[in-house]
Amino acid sequence: MTVQEFWDYLIPGIALGALYAVIAIGYTMVYGVLQLINFAHSEVFMVGGFAVLMVFTKIDFNDPSVGMSVLLVLLGFATAGFAGAGTAFALEKVAYRPLRKRNAPRLAFLISAIGASFLLSNLAGKLFGRNNHSLTIPFENKKVFTVMNAQVTVLQVLIVCSAVIMMIGLDLLVNRTKMGAGIRAVAQDAETAGLMGVDIDKVISRTFIVGGLLGGIAGFLFAMNSSVGYTMGFFPGITAFAAAVVGGIGNVRGAMLGGLLLGLVESFSSPLFGEEWRYVSAFVVLILVLMFRPTGILGERLGRTA
Amino acid sequence: MSTITRPEADERDMVVMDLAKLRRVPWYRQPRWTRLFGMVLAAALLALATGPNASTDDIFFSVNESMTDGVRLPVCIALMVAFWAFFEFVPKAPVERAKATARANTVDMPAWQNTKKAFDKTPVKLGALAVVVVVLAVLPLFISTRWNQVLVGNVAVYVLLAIGLNVVVGWAGLLDLGFIAFFAIGAYSTAFWTGSLPTKPPVELNPFLAMPIAVVTCLIAGVLLGAPTLRLRGDYLAIVTLGFHEIVYLIANNANGFSGGSGGATNIPHPSVHLGFLDYEWELDPKPYWWLIMGMAAVVVFLFIRLEHSRVGRAWTAIREDEIAAAANGVNTVKYKLMAFAIGASTSGLAGGVYASKTGFISPESFKLMFSVLVLAYVIFGGMGSIWGVMVGTALLAWLPEYLKDWVDENDRITYLGALLVIMMIYRPQGLIPSRRRKRELTLAKEGIGDADAMTEPAGGRIA
Repeated sequence: MTVQEFWDYLIPGIALGALYAVIAIGYTMVYGVLQLINFAHSEVFMVGGFAVLMVFTKIDFNDPSVGMSVLLVLLGFATAGFAGAGTAFALEKVAYRPLRKRNAPRLAFLISAIGASFLLSNLAGKLFGRNNHSLTIPFENKKVFTVMNAQVTVLQVLIVCSAVIMMIGLDLLVNRTKMGAGIRAVAQDAETAGLMGVDIDKVISRTFIVGGLLGGIAGFLFAMNSSVGYTMGFFPGITAFAAAVVGGIGNVRGAMLGGLLLGLVESFSSPLFGEEWRYVSAFVVLILVLMFRPTGILGERLGRTA
Repeated sequence: MSTITRPEADERDMVVMDLAKLRRVPWYRQPRWTRLFGMVLAAALLALATGPNASTDDIFFSVNESMTDGVRLPVCIALMVAFWAFFEFVPKAPVERAKATARANTVDMPAWQNTKKAFDKTPVKLGALAVVVVVLAVLPLFISTRWNQVLVGNVAVYVLLAIGLNVVVGWAGLLDLGFIAFFAIGAYSTAFWTGSLPTKPPVELNPFLAMPIAVVTCLIAGVLLGAPTLRLRGDYLAIVTLGFHEIVYLIANNANGFSGGSGGATNIPHPSVHLGFLDYEWELDPKPYWWLIMGMAAVVVFLFIRLEHSRVGRAWTAIREDEIAAAANGVNTVKYKLMAFAIGASTSGLAGGVYASKTGFISPESFKLMFSVLVLAYVIFGGMGSIWGVMVGTALLAWLPEYLKDWVDENDRITYLGALLVIMMIYRPQGLIPSRRRKRELTLAKEGIGDADAMTEPAGGRIA
C-alpha cells in the first residue's frame, strides 16, 4: 500500500467508522439497560433510510439551491430520526416489554427480536421492492478540500460532523442529564433503581428511543453514501454490533472507539487484501481483540467472569 | 410437592385497574384501551403485509394500494378489533377459569399429573415411540414428490442440525449464532473428499467414507472455535460465533481456487454401498434419503439421550446453571464446554455431508447467516434442552414456509415466520415442548425465585 493509497482509504474509513460508531451506540445502550442484544436494531437503521427515501421522492426536488440543500438535509435528519425512534419505540413495546413482564428467558428476547427483524425487513422488501433504490443526495457532492492529495467530499464532511455532534450530544445526555442518570441507574442495577423511584419502563423506552434516533439518522447518512434497500441494515448492523463488542458492550465511549476502529480496518483491508475480504477483516479483528481482552477494549466488568 | 400460592391472574388485573382509578390515569392510557390502539396498528401492519406487491417505478404504489384499495384496511381493522373485544369482554368459561386457577396455584401443575403419570410408564412410552417411528417411516409413501423433497431437503436436514445445536445451546448453555458454519464445513469437506471441488484430494472417496472425515473435520473445527473463546460468555460468545460464521461463509464465497467461489461445487456423487451382498446406490429419488437420515437421526438421538442423563449431561447442566459453582464443585468446565462444541459441530458436519451428497450441488448461498439464526430460532421454538421438542419445533417451522408457498407470495414467507416467532415468544417463551427441567426453572422464575436462564450472567452493565 502506497502512502497515497493510505490517505485515499483513510478518509472513507473515518466516515464509515463514524457511521458504525453511531449505530453501535444503539446496540450498546440497549445492552446496557437490558443486557440483551437488540437484534432488530439493523431494521431501525433500514427504516430511517426508507423514511427519507419516501419523503425525498414526494418532494421531488431538482438541483436545489444552497439554502434549500441545508433545509432538505435537516428535513432528512428529522424524518430519519423520527422514523427510527418510532420504530425502536414500537419494537420495545411489541417484542421486548411483554416478554419482560413475563420474566421470559434471555434467549426468548433474542428470538423475538430476530422475528421482528425478519418481519420488518421482509415487509419493507414487499412494500418497496427488493431492488436497491438510490437516494438522491440533496446537494452537489463535490470535494471540499484535499488532505495529502486525497479528496474529502461534502458528504464525508457531513457524515463525520453529524456523527461527532451526535456522539458529543449523547455523551452529555448520558452523563449530565437526569434522564441519563436514570439510564445509568437502570444499567447498573435495575431492581435497586426501581426501588429508588426510577420508572424502569420509562427509562427503557427512552433508551430505545435515543438509540433508534441515532440508528435512523445513521440510516439516512448511510443511504446517501450507498443506497436504500430492504437488506441494507444487515451488514452495517452486524458490523456495528461487532464494534460495540470490540469497544466493550455497555460502554458508550467503547462503542464509538470500536466503530471507528472497525470502519478503518474495513476500509484499509480493501487495498491490502482485496475488496471481497473487507467484511472478513472486521470479524478477524473482533476475534483477535476478544481473545486478548474478553470484555472488549475499554472493557466492562462482566459479571463474575475470571 | 412444593406449592406456592400467588394472586390469580384476574386478581392482579383487578389490582392494576384499581391503581389506575387511584392514579386517575386518563382512559386512553389504561391498558385495555392502549391494547385496542395497538390492535389497530397491528391491523394496519396486516393490511400492508397482505396487500399488493411493490411496483418498480412508484415506491408508494404498494403502501397506497393496501391502505386505500377497497375493503382491505377496514376488514383488517374489524378483524383485529373483534379479536380484542373477544379477549377483553367475553368472560372466560367457568371450566377454563377453574383450570387456570388450579394451574396458577401450584408450580407442579397437578391437573396434568394423571395423564402424565400414565404416559411416564416405560412400556407406554416405548409403544408411543414405536408408533411415531412407524408413521414417520411410511410417511414418504403417501405424499407427493414435492413434499418428499421438502421432507428430506428441509425438514430432515434441519432436524439433524437442530439436534446438534440443542447440545450446544440447550444443554451446555453456550449461545452459538454461527452453527451453519459447521454445516458448511461438513458439506465442503464431503465435496472435497469426493473430488468435487477445484482442489483435488489425494484419493477420491465414496460419500459414505467422506462423511466420517467431514464429521471429524467439523469436530476439530468445533474445538478450534471453542478453545480461544472459552473465556467468553453469553453475548460475547454469540458475536464471536457469528463472526466465525461470516469468516467461513466469505472464505467459501471468495476462495475461488479452493471452494469454487460463489458457483460452489457441482456433481457431488450420491452415496452408495458396495459390501459383498449389499449393493445399493442412493439416487435422485428423495425417499431412500429420508430413511437414511432417519436412521442417522435415530442413532444420534439415542446417543444424545444417553449423554443427557450421563455424567457429561449433568456437567453441562451445571455449567449452564452456574459456571463458577460448577467449577468449584470439580466440574472440568474447559473439557465439557469443548466437548459440547465438538459434539454439536460434528452433528452439524454429518448433516452437511448428507446434504451435499443428496443435492449433489452446494454453493455459499445455502450457508448464509440467516440459516444460522433460523436454526437457533427453531431450537428455541421447539423448546431448548428438550430433544423431542426441538425435533417437533424444527420440523414444524421448516415445513411451514414450504406450506405457505401455496398461499402467499414466495418472498413474503419470512414475514409471516417472523410474526410467528414474535407471537410465540410472547405467549410461550419456553417453546412447544419444554424440557422438564426448563419448565420448572421458568415457572419458578415467574414466581420470582431464581433466574429463568443462567445463560448470560447479568453483566452488571453500566453505561460509562
